[in-house]
Amino acid sequence: MPNAMKRILLSLLAAVSLLAPLAVAASEGGAPLDRFPKERVTDVVALQNGAKLFVNYCLNCHAASMVRYNRLTDESVGLNEAQIKDNLLFAAEKVGETMTVALQPKQGKEWFGTAPPDLSLIARSRASGDGSGADYLYTYMRAFYRDDTKATGWNNLVFPSVAMPHVLWQLQGQQRAVFVDRPDPHDPKKMTQAFDRFETISPGTLSKTEYDAAVADLVAYLQWMGEPAQNQRVRIGVWVLLFLGLFTLIAWRLNAAYWKDVK
Amino acid sequence: MAEMKEAPADAPLGIKLMTWMDNRFPSAFQAYRDHMSEYFAPKNFNVWYFFGSLALLVLVIQIVTGIFLTMHYKPDAANAFASVEYIMRDVPGGWLIRYMHSTGASAFFIVVYLHMYRGLIYGSYRKPRELVWIFGCAIFLCLMAEAFFGYLLPWGQMSYWGAQVIVNLFAAVPFIGPDLALLIRGDYVVGDATLNRFFAFHVIAVPLVLLGLVVAHVLALHDVGSNNPDGVEIKAKKDAQGRPLDGIPFHPYYSVHDTFGVAVFLLIFCAIMFFAPELGGYFLEYNNFIPADPLKTPPHIAPVWYFTPYYTILRATTDPMVNVLCVIVGLAAALNLLKGKGTMAAKAALLVGAVVLIALMKTFDAKFWGVVLMGGAVIILFFLPWLDQSPVKSIRYRPSWHKLVYALFVVAFLILGYQGTQPAAPSGSVLERLSQLCTLIYFGFFLLMPWWSRQGTFKPVPDRVTFAAH
Repeated sequence: MPNAMKRILLSLLAAVSLLAPLAVAASEGGAPLDRFPKERVTDVVALQNGAKLFVNYCLNCHAASMVRYNRLTDESVGLNEAQIKDNLLFAAEKVGETMTVALQPKQGKEWFGTAPPDLSLIARSRASGDGSGADYLYTYMRAFYRDDTKATGWNNLVFPSVAMPHVLWQLQGQQRAVFVDRPDPHDPKKMTQAFDRFETISPGTLSKTEYDAAVADLVAYLQWMGEPAQNQRVRIGVWVLLFLGLFTLIAWRLNAAYWKDVK
Repeated sequence: MAEMKEAPADAPLGIKLMTWMDNRFPSAFQAYRDHMSEYFAPKNFNVWYFFGSLALLVLVIQIVTGIFLTMHYKPDAANAFASVEYIMRDVPGGWLIRYMHSTGASAFFIVVYLHMYRGLIYGSYRKPRELVWIFGCAIFLCLMAEAFFGYLLPWGQMSYWGAQVIVNLFAAVPFIGPDLALLIRGDYVVGDATLNRFFAFHVIAVPLVLLGLVVAHVLALHDVGSNNPDGVEIKAKKDAQGRPLDGIPFHPYYSVHDTFGVAVFLLIFCAIMFFAPELGGYFLEYNNFIPADPLKTPPHIAPVWYFTPYYTILRATTDPMVNVLCVIVGLAAALNLLKGKGTMAAKAALLVGAVVLIALMKTFDAKFWGVVLMGGAVIILFFLPWLDQSPVKSIRYRPSWHKLVYALFVVAFLILGYQGTQPAAPSGSVLERLSQLCTLIYFGFFLLMPWWSRQGTFKPVPDRVTFAAH
């Protein structure tokens, strides 16, 4: 009996392994994303700094209309209502309100060509086969460069021709992108422009390391805001699995105790 | 009226209470005996037999969590997306309920696919279990409808455009198509009217049918008795009391056995739910975290993973594929004319039928035939009891090469599923040809079954089940 089972399972395994090369083929192409330092999502200091950056720099054009200010009292962020009221409540009256902005979608469309998206779920919706949403945002916020052909004077390596200007430019400084000619991987006879490196035009108030850390904090906040229960979810999950492990053990022995009579 | 039973005067209170109940509601006690304590199941069930009880467990999870979700969800195009996020953020424990429901949807299909595969390899659909199988297929069909209606409710981009694509398929039906699509949508595009009716279907209409079918599935099963990995009828060998020699009471043996299965299942289920509820974009698609926008079509619309094999069949049905199908139909009719059994009139009728079918295939759009094949891929399952002509039920006693046929089918099904998650393969590409080949394998497996299932040297089936004491 177990032989037939084994063979069936093996054939299923073989089927899955046949699919693996397809998956590799499909994930080729697309700009490589830098890896977001994940540990910041559970770092209270990083999340508080991220919340500060978010409220100061993002929450003017972008709303986070599904997030309430007083959610920042969550133990992951660890603020109290007085701190929120004194430091973060620029666009609302009460801490129970959601993070909306005065900018109307219609105005956004007029001024930028597209309405700035709501950022409540941005870290979840930007995930793809290339990386998590946080990876995307972490790379995106560090990939702005000067481009005089664009209306805002800015372009972005991850999101070409993006409508958003570089709002953190005073922190990062200005950089230009250097492109080099490379043979087209699909047609060796043709040449194609490929990104080579960034060159600093003027430095910002933060060093490169400091800027990367600031963006990591901001993205940690966006990641947390996408699912405020995520740290709690993982914490509860560990206990649930421990319980289920024990339960499985008991169920297994109980089953064996009953079945020893079956001849 | 049946005679009143009397508990002894010195019996414990529990016994007295049960006697009191038994006198007033004997059918509950009878049902318990029929389906639990005196339902004899073969003792040689293996790991494949966990999936039936697990399907029941997931059904309960979906119904209970679904009830709590409806307490906060708003079936209104203007509020639906935000109400789901309200559940995720502001409702205490709402995130847990929602993840249980979203993980449960995928788990339901995993469990049901494995449950169906078990039936397939052990011939559990063969006489006298044809109706058990047919009720099961109807449950699968209902489940697909339930999942489709439910997927619109979060009102994200994938919900919206997925529903748009699927409803538009109905528009490919000749003559009545556009009106049919309009009837389903309740509007010219997917909109508030669509959301409201899908909500009604999802929370009450389909679940009612589903529950009725599940009851019929289990009742019919318990009437004919469970099959087993050997495909041996345990009722053929009974002891002096009329109990099958190889049968054991469902309770306690299989209730305790299934409890163990439930524990292992919940370990996996909870690991996904707590640590990877999106499961890499397969259980919750990333695009669905963007609110539905009727003016912005996503570049790549993919159905949720459990529909993708059928979606690939739809996409594989291009004009060249229809030509191939025409040739196959023509060849089949010609072969029947030359070599088939039956009267000349029957053969001629079949040939005329084939000619008409080919003419129709060339008349209507390939897209329509894609819809027909997609639907046919599910409907064909209903006919399995009559397609399989093998002298034995279980794969264990079939010729060894039959296992390769099953393996080929599984591989084709997985490739179809994988391709459905990817952007459409370019027309004429190797990948498109591969999906067309897999479509032919899928249908070939079933349509040629009356032939291949009889071929080869079958192994002797034992009188009793094979069982080694634990």
